[in-house]
Amino acid sequence: MSAMLDSALQAAPATKARGYWATVARRIVGDKVSMACAIILVLIFASALLAPWLGLADPYQGSMIRRLRHIGTPGYPLGTDELGRDMLARLIYGGRLSLIVGILPVIFAFAIGTSLGLVAGYVGGRINTAIMRTVDVFYAFPSVLLAIAISGALGAGITNSIVSLTIVFVPQITRVAESVTTGVRNMDFVEAARASGAGPITIMRVHMLGNVLGAIFVYATGLISVSMILAAGLSFLGLGTKPPEPEWGLMLNTLRTAIYVNPWVAALPGAMIFAVSICFNLLSDGMRSAMDIRN
Amino acid sequence: MFAYIARRIVYVIPIVICVALVCFLLVHITPGDPLVAVLPADASQELAAQLRSAYGFDRPLPVQFGLWLWRALHGDLGSSIATGRPVLTEVMRAVGNTVMLAVAAAMIGFTFGLLFGLIAGYFRDTWVDKVATSVAIAGVSLPHYWLGMVLVIIFSVQLNWLPAVGAGPGGSGAWAWDWEHLRYLVLPAITTSVIPMGIITRTVRALTGDILSQDFVEALRAKGLRETAVFRHVVKNAAPTALAVMGLQLGYMLGGSILIETVFSWPGSGLLLNSAIFQRDLPLLQGTILVLALFFVLLNLLVDIAQAAIDPRIKRS
Repeated sequence: MSAMLDSALQAAPATKARGYWATVARRIVGDKVSMACAIILVLIFASALLAPWLGLADPYQGSMIRRLRHIGTPGYPLGTDELGRDMLARLIYGGRLSLIVGILPVIFAFAIGTSLGLVAGYVGGRINTAIMRTVDVFYAFPSVLLAIAISGALGAGITNSIVSLTIVFVPQITRVAESVTTGVRNMDFVEAARASGAGPITIMRVHMLGNVLGAIFVYATGLISVSMILAAGLSFLGLGTKPPEPEWGLMLNTLRTAIYVNPWVAALPGAMIFAVSICFNLLSDGMRSAMDIRN
Repeated sequence: MFAYIARRIVYVIPIVICVALVCFLLVHITPGDPLVAVLPADASQELAAQLRSAYGFDRPLPVQFGLWLWRALHGDLGSSIATGRPVLTEVMRAVGNTVMLAVAAAMIGFTFGLLFGLIAGYFRDTWVDKVATSVAIAGVSLPHYWLGMVLVIIFSVQLNWLPAVGAGPGGSGAWAWDWEHLRYLVLPAITTSVIPMGIITRTVRALTGDILSQDFVEALRAKGLRETAVFRHVVKNAAPTALAVMGLQLGYMLGGSILIETVFSWPGSGLLLNSAIFQRDLPLLQGTILVLALFFVLLNLLVDIAQAAIDPRIKRS
C-alpha cells in the first residue's frame, strides 16, 4: 500500500502550473470558430487600413455611363453603385469610417463605464446609489431610441454619432462593471490589502481592476456587434456620415433606390456590416467560454 | 403582493420624472434656434421674439421644464411645429401602427425563440443545438434594416409575392383585417422578429441547460417521473426569466422600430420620429420619445409584477 503511494508520488509530474490568462489564450487559439472570426476581422481591418495601397479604383470617381453594373462585370468584380463608382473599392474604403464609428464608442464607453462601475461597486453607499440610479434612467429608454434621439437632437455627423453611441453604452458597461466589482470587493485579498494599509485608489487599481477587467472586456466585445449595427443604422437614416464619403450604412441607404435595377449590388454593404457584427459576437462568445474555468 | 406592487410603483415615479427631464433636455442640447422650422427666412426680430414667447422659449429652463411637465401630465404635449396638430394625437395614431407591428413580430419571434431555445437547451451539444444556436447568433448579429432590404429584394422585387412598402392599398388610414392589408404586414413583422427570436433562443437555451443540470431534476427522474413531466418542471422554472426577457424585447420592438419602419415606410411611431428629426420638429421629437419611453417603463413595471406573481421568491428579495 505505502509502496504504491510512494511510486504515485514519484510519478507526479513536476510541471509549473499554467497561469490563468495563458490557459485562456490557449483555449481561444484552440477554438476553430473564434480563430476563423479573428482571421476574418484581421483581413477586414487590414484591407481598410491599407486601402490606398491595394491598387483599387478611386472610390469617389463616378461615371454616368457605367452605373449599376452587375457583380462579376469585367473590371468591376463587385459591380458599380448608383453613380457608377467601383463597389469593391467603396466597400473596402467604407470599412474605414464604418469600423471607426462602430468601435470607438465601445472603447470610450469601456473606459468611462469601467471607471464608474468600479467606483460605484467599491465605494458603495451614497456614491453607488447616485451612479446606479442615474444609470437606471438611461435603461428606461430602448437603446436604439436613445441613440437616435440624441443623434437627432445633436444633428447629423460622425462626431455626434460617436457621442450618442457612447452615451448609450456607458450605462450598460457601468452596470456590468458594478456587479462584477461588488462580487469581488468582499473577498479576502481585498481585505488583506486594506489591512496592510493600501488606500482605496491603490486597491481599485492594483487589486481589483485586474479581477474585473476580463468580464467587462468580454461584454464590451459583444457590444461592438450592436454598436456596428447601430452606427451604420444612424448613417442609414442620414444621421451619420454625409455623401460622397464611403460608409456601409450610408451606401446601403443611397443604394436603396437601386434595388429594382441591381438588387444584389445594393445588398452588399449590409453583408459587410453583418460579417463584422457576427464575427465580434462569435469572438465574444468564444472568449466567454474560454474564461469560464468550470468547463 | 399588493405591498410589492405599491413598492414597485413608488420606485418608478422618480424614473418617470427623470425620463421626462431627459426628453425635455433633448431639445436644449440641440444646436441652433428651435424655432428655425417655423420662422420664415426673412423674419423680423419682433416676430422671432413673439414666437419665442408664444412657445415659452424665453423663460428660465427650470420654469420651462415645470410648465412642460405640468402640461404633459394633463395630456398636452404641445403641437407639432410642422403640421400644427397636437403632438399627442399624432403620436397615439402612429403608436397604434407600431403596436400592431410589434405584436405581430412578437408572435413570430417569441414562438420560434422559445421553441429553438427549449430544443437547443434540451438536446445540448447535439447537431440540433448547433443549428439552433447558429440561427440565434445570426439573428442577433443581423443589421435588421439590411435584412428588411434583402427580404424586399427576394419577395417583392424577384418573386413579386408581397408588397415592398406601405401599410395597405388605401394608405395608413384605411386599415382592415383582411389578406389585402395583412400582406403588407408580413415582411416588416418577419424583419422585426429576428432579433428577439435570437435573444430569446439564447436566453432560453442557457436557462434550460442550467435547470437540467440542477439536482432536483435528477431527483425527479429518480423518483420515476416521465420525461414529459420533467420537461414541465423545466418550463415552469424557466418561465419567470423568459417572461422578463420577452417583456423587454417587446419594449425594444415598440421603441426601436424606427429603422424598420423607415425601410418599409410603415406609418408608425418610428417613421413619425424620423420625420420629426428631419423637419426639426422639436415638440414632436420630444413628445414621441417621451411616449415611447413611458411605454417602455410601463412594460418593465408590468413584467416585474408578472414575474413576482409567478415566482414568490422575487417578492421577498
